[in-house]
Amino acid sequence: MTTKLFGQRIRRVEDPRLLSGRGRYLDDLGHDALAVAFVRSPHAHARVLDIDVSAALEVEGLVAIFSYDDLDGKTSEPLPLLIPHPALTHGRTPYALAKDEVNHVGEAIVMVVASDRYVAEDVVGLIRVDYELLPPVVGVERARDGGALVHDDVPGNVAATMVQEVGDAAAAIDASPRRQRLQLSIERSASMPMEGKGVLARWDADDESLLVHTSTQTSTSVRQAIAAKLSLPVDRVEVVTPDVGGGFGVKIVHPWPEEILVPWASVRLNRPVKWVEDRREHFISSAHERGQLHDVTVGYGDDGRVTGLSVQFWHDNGAYTPYGLIVPIITSTQLLGPYKPTAYRVEFASLYTNTVMVTPYRGAGRPQGCFVMERVMDAIAADLGLDRALVRERNFIQPDEMPYDHGLTFQDGRPLIYDSGDFPASLSKLKQLVGWDDFAKYRERAAAEGRRVGIGLACYVEGTGVGPYEGGHIRVETDGSVVVSTGLTTQGQGHQTMLAQIVADELGVPMERVRVTTGDTRRFKYAVGTFASRTAVMSGSAVALTARKVRAKALRIASNALEAAVDDLEIVDGHVQVKGSPGSQVDLGAVAVLSNPLRYAFDEAAARATQFATPHDPDQPPVAADDEPGLEGSGFFSPTRSTFANGMHAVVVETDPDTAEVKILRYCVVHDCGTIINPMIVEGQVHGGVAQGIGGALFERMEYDESGQLLNASYMDFLMPYASEIPHIEIDHLETPSPLNPLGVKGAGEAGVIPVSAAIAAAIEDAEGVVITAMPISPSELFDLRRAREQRGEAR
Amino acid sequence: MTPEPLHEVTLTVNHVPHQLRLPARRLLSDALRHDVRLTGTHVGCEHGVCGACTVLLDGQPIRSCLMFAVTADGASITTTEGCLEPDGELGAVQEAFHDCHALQCGFCTPGFITTITAYLETHPNPSEQQAREAIGGNLCRCTGYQNIVAAVLRAAEIKRERSAP
Repeated sequence: MTTKLFGQRIRRVEDPRLLSGRGRYLDDLGHDALAVAFVRSPHAHARVLDIDVSAALEVEGLVAIFSYDDLDGKTSEPLPLLIPHPALTHGRTPYALAKDEVNHVGEAIVMVVASDRYVAEDVVGLIRVDYELLPPVVGVERARDGGALVHDDVPGNVAATMVQEVGDAAAAIDASPRRQRLQLSIERSASMPMEGKGVLARWDADDESLLVHTSTQTSTSVRQAIAAKLSLPVDRVEVVTPDVGGGFGVKIVHPWPEEILVPWASVRLNRPVKWVEDRREHFISSAHERGQLHDVTVGYGDDGRVTGLSVQFWHDNGAYTPYGLIVPIITSTQLLGPYKPTAYRVEFASLYTNTVMVTPYRGAGRPQGCFVMERVMDAIAADLGLDRALVRERNFIQPDEMPYDHGLTFQDGRPLIYDSGDFPASLSKLKQLVGWDDFAKYRERAAAEGRRVGIGLACYVEGTGVGPYEGGHIRVETDGSVVVSTGLTTQGQGHQTMLAQIVADELGVPMERVRVTTGDTRRFKYAVGTFASRTAVMSGSAVALTARKVRAKALRIASNALEAAVDDLEIVDGHVQVKGSPGSQVDLGAVAVLSNPLRYAFDEAAARATQFATPHDPDQPPVAADDEPGLEGSGFFSPTRSTFANGMHAVVVETDPDTAEVKILRYCVVHDCGTIINPMIVEGQVHGGVAQGIGGALFERMEYDESGQLLNASYMDFLMPYASEIPHIEIDHLETPSPLNPLGVKGAGEAGVIPVSAAIAAAIEDAEGVVITAMPISPSELFDLRRAREQRGEAR
Repeated sequence: MTPEPLHEVTLTVNHVPHQLRLPARRLLSDALRHDVRLTGTHVGCEHGVCGACTVLLDGQPIRSCLMFAVTADGASITTTEGCLEPDGELGAVQEAFHDCHALQCGFCTPGFITTITAYLETHPNPSEQQAREAIGGNLCRCTGYQNIVAAVLRAAEIKRERSAP
């Protein structure tokens, strides 16, 4: 075996192309396609009375204007409810173009197709829509009081309610020596990838086929959805995901209205048609996440051990629920983190509001759950005067309790069972990394200089690598190169590198020979998608298993050629050789030639496989009955359930005594995602996750006014962190392998973001002595908390 | 309605002159991407905040989404494609990004490459803090900036290595 690539810091194979401007993102394609722009609702809740296009018809370059009445067949039905759930009794999805009512600012009403985007927007500006305004429902409180309804046929604005319970939480809390009640909330943020969404559709009337490029996290499912909606045979539709400029969850939702309308228009007009989302459209017509209010009651002993936990929360799902109840179900289950309350009850209501819909954003309900649980831990420590790390330690699930069954049902419909993890070891590493036990001295020194500093920590567990499956196809070409395809998509995670590392190791070939494609249904038709930190677990395992199959076939063919037993062969550096006798070898390209008996010599390599060139047994068919030509194979990986990664963060902050600005002095991470394939990529994922977490903790919020206008729908007003806001992040790893997949890996993509709000809230609380119950927190909000404390006459 | 009047515009992009006929409102970013068809320059926000569309105009970094192509008539423009070495290999800043894993999705990257290329012309030996400030006007949603800061320092190092006799 050559040097193992698995576990190495390999520079990414994606980089040279992306760095030199040869990346191909959606808007880099289809320069000659017609352009689309939309008339979108300026009102949060209204009936559409009339659409007048008369002023727009003379615009040079206008090709077509479509509204709901132009849609036909299944395109005129509501978009699919992607993830039905028995508890989602009142699921609602939008129409591709609003039928007669709009339910949030930004909902598409009219589609304009023109020669270019400038002209399309000119036309949009000339179309007049008359509305009858309806009362808008904005915010959880307004939704909950049910005074006004988002959807007339959804009483109380309640899309769903759901309860999960293990043990009798109420009785356990009543019986506890100590009890606390906390009201905790997290505001809305959003994925905000640097590239918005976009769709390019090319209908080929001669071939009666449709080729669609879309900036998605699931090309296979978009393909099925387009075929279903346009009533085309699936066989005539292919969907390709080009380079994607970030996803973070928002692009897993599908089909977006535009993913149906653009292909539909291309078929109808028999022209290539393209829509590229602009930044304002992304703010008001894609998806947000995080907005939840939580009411928590906890019972615990004098030692800090939780004996009962009851959580009720209200989830703002926005105007529609195409992605079902995934976010609140994840909050419900992942809230528990590394802890084991003896009895637990969770109940949520998912509520409609006249705002952009809510679907998973990196972390997907976990940051809220982690915030709740970690605030509870800090509240218990404060009440008992115990060290915050100690309280956590006392509530940890212990390594010898793994696998640990919580008795709940996870987001994949399967039992919530942690497969592995060593929480005490992770905490010990974190305390050492941040210097937890020495912080008191640092605080004293800082105080002597008139500085306020504080430290906080937060722990989480993340279910990753959810099913149902992923697959891969691997073919060794006759030149010895290896072509790997997997169906899920990529949006910056370095999948091509990571998967190539795995395949190169398994096959015994140099990594430079391995080429990986993702998210192209022309290459691989079966996949689920890229979400829930699942690619390394799912596609990584699938290509590893596939490579093992292809390797076995290569050895079988080579054993004939080398006249040696399979068990005596190895593959080194792209050559099959007899172990210990490298002189006796055949390269994989030649094995690929031999795997495909030929009649025609189209090139020199092929000549070696033609019928008069090779010795053969005249009584056997050239391809055995149980064999296939080609050195290739497909394979799938489908785990019994999710694998659970975990991590712990500690942060040191300094607060400005005058302005209440929060500065992060140190940020430390201990991360356990099982066996690591490429530490450089994993650390990059953690960095990015933490940065998004800091944005969510200190800066980012969707500012809706009471009429449902999003007041900060631009990068100028929605504050995402620049380099000046993100500290250097210190990382230590623990590797607790997962027993649930052949590589021992767990997901890493979302991890970094999950505990950041919890850890920063704890650190600010520690620095300031005020209780923090809502995140994000701005300097003015912290200032108000200070003032309220001073008015109560409390000391800091 | 009458068609929009078109204007003769000459843009020298990465040392290659391009004669274009464009409407007055055509943004420089759109002209580079869709008329010159160099799509390395990306558009992230269309209002000058994110920096993804940063190109060098006569050597100075500017936001190409905030400038009309007609106002750049006669100017010399460098995009990320123009930051490659003459032999087509990665330029110093690009190589440093590769070394330091300073890009993930790559969408914001061209704006960083051009910004840092210009910065290092006048600041060949930045400190870590200066490197962080140098990229302070560009948004990245993937990397958390840590590896980009490292790449600024590494790029300075590579430039010195490459210019060494």
